[in-house]
Amino acid sequence: MDRRDLLLRLQLNSNPEILCVVRSAVAQLSEEMGFSAEECRAVTRAVDEALTNVIRHAYQGKRGKPIELSCRRVEDSSEAGRRGALEIVLEDHGAAADPKKMVGRPLDDIRPGGLGLHFIQQSVDLMEYKRIAGANRLRLLKYLQPMKHEVSR
Amino acid sequence: MKISARRMDKITIFDITGSIDLSQSPEVRKVLLKEMRDDKVPRVVLNLTQVNYIDSSGIASLVEGLKASRELGSRFILFGLTTNAREVLQISRLLSFFEIYDSEEQALAG
Repeated sequence: MDRRDLLLRLQLNSNPEILCVVRSAVAQLSEEMGFSAEECRAVTRAVDEALTNVIRHAYQGKRGKPIELSCRRVEDSSEAGRRGALEIVLEDHGAAADPKKMVGRPLDDIRPGGLGLHFIQQSVDLMEYKRIAGANRLRLLKYLQPMKHEVSR
Repeated sequence: MKISARRMDKITIFDITGSIDLSQSPEVRKVLLKEMRDDKVPRVVLNLTQVNYIDSSGIASLVEGLKASRELGSRFILFGLTTNAREVLQISRLLSFFEIYDSEEQALAG
């Protein structure tokens, strides 16, 4: 990425009541960045589901545990032109996730649960998980649609 | 989230306002299952016109209501889906499994 501008950094506790506050902030930020209404809902959904997973699985429902959320505007350039994107990184110090299990479940059967990862994958362009020095790091990327003048190049 | 019930003969309508997310979905699940399993109400209707957000845990609660209604032979009806609610049911590929109407009148007449 050529540029990385920090837009928002939030330090949160793993309390479910905070989810609505984060959704409001992310929805507003996405709109300010120029995403369409549908894309704003997608970004908001991805962040909400990722945070829910941290609360439920990494911290196993324990309240008051630290989560850091950061949002950056990133931009890279290639022969295809410049691409802007919103990068969202979530970090927590809960139990490690098993990358093998980080796939959405088949949707053929009607049963509750297991939809969160599927929602995230459907809502962003990239989802990347790493375990670094005892912390979980989830990186989400949502590309902005190219500007009209970029398409015509 | 606020949830209130209107009870008529053999029908209960739940009016929900706000978001159905991780902090609220257990309450939705509880009231739905109580109405269906304990009180044996034959038709349970969910008014979603004022629900601005549903997450995967909220969808899971609705699926539990759907499964309970199928087991009991009762009806579980949704109406007034907002854009967000419709989107998440679409992404979950669950839209066709629920009985969904645009308005309360249609939900009660259906």
